[in-house]
Amino acid sequence: MTPPGAADILAGLAGAGPVTTWPGHLVDRCRTATLVSGVGLAVMSTATVGSVLAATDGHAQEMEDLQFLLGEGPCTEAITSGRPVLVPDLSRQADRRWPAFTAGATERGVLASFAFPLQVGAVGIGVLDLYDGSRGPLSDRQYAAALSFADAATAVLLHLQYDRVESEDGARTRSPDRLHQSDRVEVVDRRAVVHQAAGMISVQLGVDLATALLRLRGHAFGADRSVLEVAGDVVVRRLRFDDSAAGTVQTSPGTAPGAPDPAEESS
Amino acid sequence: MTARELLIADTFVELAGTLVDDFDLIDFLHALVERTVALVDADAGGIMLADQRGGLEVMAASTHDTRLVELFELQHDEGPCLDAFRTGEQVTKVDEAAMRGAWPTFTARLSEAGFASAQAIPLRLQTQVIGALNVFRVAPGALSAADMKLARALADVATVAIVQQRVLDAREQLAEQLQEALTSRIRVEQAKGILAERSGVGVDAAFTLMRTHARRSGLPLRQVVDAVISGAVLNL
Repeated sequence: MTPPGAADILAGLAGAGPVTTWPGHLVDRCRTATLVSGVGLAVMSTATVGSVLAATDGHAQEMEDLQFLLGEGPCTEAITSGRPVLVPDLSRQADRRWPAFTAGATERGVLASFAFPLQVGAVGIGVLDLYDGSRGPLSDRQYAAALSFADAATAVLLHLQYDRVESEDGARTRSPDRLHQSDRVEVVDRRAVVHQAAGMISVQLGVDLATALLRLRGHAFGADRSVLEVAGDVVVRRLRFDDSAAGTVQTSPGTAPGAPDPAEESS
Repeated sequence: MTARELLIADTFVELAGTLVDDFDLIDFLHALVERTVALVDADAGGIMLADQRGGLEVMAASTHDTRLVELFELQHDEGPCLDAFRTGEQVTKVDEAAMRGAWPTFTARLSEAGFASAQAIPLRLQTQVIGALNVFRVAPGALSAADMKLARALADVATVAIVQQRVLDAREQLAEQLQEALTSRIRVEQAKGILAERSGVGVDAAFTLMRTHARRSGLPLRQVVDAVISGAVLNL
């Protein structure tokens, strides 16, 4: 049996209640799927101190608080290094990376810790932490499930972040992007053109990559097109994002500098 | 030495560079794919890596032709790379009927893109398969036995570069490293878009600019990518 994919996880969350309840459901479901003893979800970036968004009952909340209190631990390392930090046996940590954290964890009966950075390329927005009361590595199946929950958590955090940006920016004329405000949250597409387009949009609008990605998705939802199609238009410079009420402007390909020659494209 | 032998020698010299600190995986895999296509009788190629969620993601391709990129992206669901990844065996199916039977969508797109075949070689680390090397041919028929042998050696080179020596004994470190590689690939795409928009060039040209800049200044590609993303470098 294959573990649930991120899209299934998001669909399940959408059916469980309003978006604000999703982080709580997500950590509970992640614990059930991975059979670890605790799961925590923290919002943080390389530049900001994090805060705990949700944690399962038991020691997970304490463990998250401990990491932020100490300023050290797998969670901090995951977000700064941009890679999962998998420690199947905290007591045998060869390099003793986090002495205070390790002591605190073992006192609370936590013997293994697995931290997954929530990121989209250069955009780091949080960490999903799994804690276990018994030592030992995650099985391939548990690991794949944890990665899928991390993908789902990334989509949820991006969505929540965008809601905040939008409400701070309440005066701005609402573009078709507003449809994004629905509970339609999709897994972040990993295809190349989507991230190339996000890079371009970030420069066009003078916003960060996370906001650019969400504007791209918002536009696609509003125009009832796929994110991939809209991204393709941005990359060949048929579509530019701007601050107009519509949020975008169409341009004919070939008029913008660097646009591929249409003749070459169809050869 | 013949030109071919020189290219082979160069490729292995670059491998030695994987042991130094400023080695850059994405840059290396692109160079390796370009060398593979130059060395064997193939017209395009690419490397796909396991996403550890059951699928594969493209890490490097010999050209940025959108149709070629799509041929890799399709293999998240079907295709020779996915078969090589799942079975751990090389996939040398080149008969069109057999390809259509095994991968209907992939094969249709393959001929639209102008290729007759796409063979795949697994990237194997002991018993584990971490990805696949894909070679595309315009002319019908498979790679010669000699070319296939060289392609296998290059696939092994790619594997060594991806996992690096220090992780051979630790499953956790391999898992961490694979995820880092997948994330760094997305960073490169974001940087391509940023630089393309700032400099008024296409995304492929932006990638070439970053690689050329990295070579000239002796920096790993990821540092140039980071500088573009952070806004420290506005034009190259």
